[in-house]
Amino acid sequence: MNIHEYQGKELFRSAGVKVQEGVHCKTVEDALAAYDSLGSKVVAVKSQIHAGGRGKGNLYCPNSGDLLMEGGVKIAFSRDEVETYSENILGHILVTKQTGPAGKLVSNIYVEAGCEIAHEYYLALLVDREAKQVLIMASTEGGMDIEEVAEETPEAIHKIWVNPSTGLLDSQKEDLGISLDLSGAALEDFVGMIGSLYDLFVSNDCSMVEINPLVRTKSDEIVALDAKVGFDENASFRHKEWEDLRDYSEEEPTETRANEAGLSYVKLDGDIGCLVNGAGLAMATMDVIKLYGGEPANFLDIGGGADEAKVQEAFEIILEDPNVKGILVNIFGGIQRCDIVAKAVLAASEKMGLQVPLVIRLSGTMFEEGRAIIDASDLDCTSVETLAEGAEAIVGLIGGGQ
Amino acid sequence: MAIWVKEDSKLLIQGITGSQGRFHGEKMVEYGTNLVGGVTPGKGGQSIELAGNEFPVFNTMMEAINQTDADASVIYVPPPFAAAAIMEAADAFHQIKGEGVIVCITEGIPTLDMVKAVAYVKEREGIRLIGPNCPGIITPGDNGGCKIGIMPGHIHAKGRIGVVSKSGTLTYEAVAQTMSIGEGQSTCIGIGGDPVNGTGFIDCLSAFEADPQTVAVVMIGEIGGTAEEDASEWAAANMSKPIVGFVAGSTAPPGKRMGHAGAIISGGKGTAAEKFAAFEAAGIHIARDPSEIGAVLKVALEESGLL
Repeated sequence: MNIHEYQGKELFRSAGVKVQEGVHCKTVEDALAAYDSLGSKVVAVKSQIHAGGRGKGNLYCPNSGDLLMEGGVKIAFSRDEVETYSENILGHILVTKQTGPAGKLVSNIYVEAGCEIAHEYYLALLVDREAKQVLIMASTEGGMDIEEVAEETPEAIHKIWVNPSTGLLDSQKEDLGISLDLSGAALEDFVGMIGSLYDLFVSNDCSMVEINPLVRTKSDEIVALDAKVGFDENASFRHKEWEDLRDYSEEEPTETRANEAGLSYVKLDGDIGCLVNGAGLAMATMDVIKLYGGEPANFLDIGGGADEAKVQEAFEIILEDPNVKGILVNIFGGIQRCDIVAKAVLAASEKMGLQVPLVIRLSGTMFEEGRAIIDASDLDCTSVETLAEGAEAIVGLIGGGQ
Repeated sequence: MAIWVKEDSKLLIQGITGSQGRFHGEKMVEYGTNLVGGVTPGKGGQSIELAGNEFPVFNTMMEAINQTDADASVIYVPPPFAAAAIMEAADAFHQIKGEGVIVCITEGIPTLDMVKAVAYVKEREGIRLIGPNCPGIITPGDNGGCKIGIMPGHIHAKGRIGVVSKSGTLTYEAVAQTMSIGEGQSTCIGIGGDPVNGTGFIDCLSAFEADPQTVAVVMIGEIGGTAEEDASEWAAANMSKPIVGFVAGSTAPPGKRMGHAGAIISGGKGTAAEKFAAFEAAGIHIARDPSEIGAVLKVALEESGLL
């Protein structure tokens, strides 16, 4: 789960990581009031969406599709500029490298006091899957696309790994600062900041914290001008406060609904709906559909041991997708009983009315019972024995494929 | 021989009185697993009936291993307590026996809890952690066998193919594929779909290479991380036995978590295409469709003079 920059900066502020004064705004009037209250001649007017690449993104009118402004993060040198920029941002669509062509509607901006930058750095904390430890990455090439830096000048990226039994050592903080050519007051400030940031990462169960840029000011202070913070959803049981930080408008509504029902669902662009048990098999089902020339409409994992109500909900979610022209149910029962899936599919089809071709593959635990239930019903569907047969059948039935 | 778990390994269940522990406990006993008891804090001294047999319940893993001389434990404890259960088992096995296999089935453990637990296990030589968020490990026997986890026992048979996978149901698919060409399995291991886990692909490949019962391996990967690439490189240099590989997630969009916490393409890394390419470069026999695994395995066995 991701949060907005203004929320991340609030976390930073309370953890003792230096940030500039700033105000979260939802209207142009708010933004002007913020400008007046900040008392800074120069301010940054920043679009708040979860995707990155905001600075290089473009703003479009949602109705006409006209380009309104280049750049989703603007530096304003006057009250008038704050007004123009916030008008161009709020209620409009920001398209960045990470949003895809549809872009994101911007409903929030952050107006932040400017500062005198001496140098820009890059800093990130994340869990390194291979080392199985928290990794801290820093570079003197701040403000740049870090993937490009990694590609072109990997030696410019400095890395330290934190042993969970000892925590982040003072010597490691110092070494990382020195590798960024920091010294004196700036180094001291950096050492304090990185300690606070690591503690924040751990106590908030973060999956990622990225600051690009982190800056050294002309008065040798280390300040976070950006805050990209992601949380590990697995830890939500011990972070009730996340509920207040969640911005549902950033999420695909069907994915939220599926999530609440205990299903894993990801919306895709194709037209063949899939209902599968297990994440690996669900991905493989999409892959094989594609292999036979079709395009999957979704990823959907009902999990292990789903009951009838949950499977029914899953089937309804697929049926409600207007793009779906055919459905492939693929179950290899381990904990999951095939008879339960069969009953749920029947019930959902009856309730919603099935207008598209349906192919069902049941294998594993109680597959005979499941197939018998389907065969005894008057459900219009094709029963198959393997995934490949299933994919071939559904692609053929919707009239596409090789 | 098989790997890590023998047909008659003695097993404990952590969380034996919970609904998951009881349900899968029954299935494991029915399969023939040598269950010797379980642990639920506060319920020590009671006993529990599973598939018509009585098993003792202990308060702690120390007590349980001391009393039963268990070789392995399986964890069905809810996510908030699972990492602590792993560390308790690691410490107890280490202190009492100097070795032990811990299989953690639990899905949804916070990643930073696993960072801590994995480091704790690593500090205790002789202790192996499998999972979390995995189907477990099974060594089919002549008469039943040792099933530790949640996989359907009836689809397996003793044989000479090793199976290792990040995914649960896809492992069952792979097992069914070996059976479709008349081959059984030596040991099948689900290493789990979480970003931070215990046993990895290389541990499994290395054990299968050393196991005389295993003649070939089926390896099932998933998008995310670089475990498949690392394993390919290792296999090219160290494996003499043929490997058949599949990777799930060719059609997964970047930046989206595909069910498993670890199955995500981030920063353009961890794609199925990269993993298939690494397999190919390492001489691993590729199946592009899980329904092809049997046929590809057959070719691999023929080429190696094993059929």
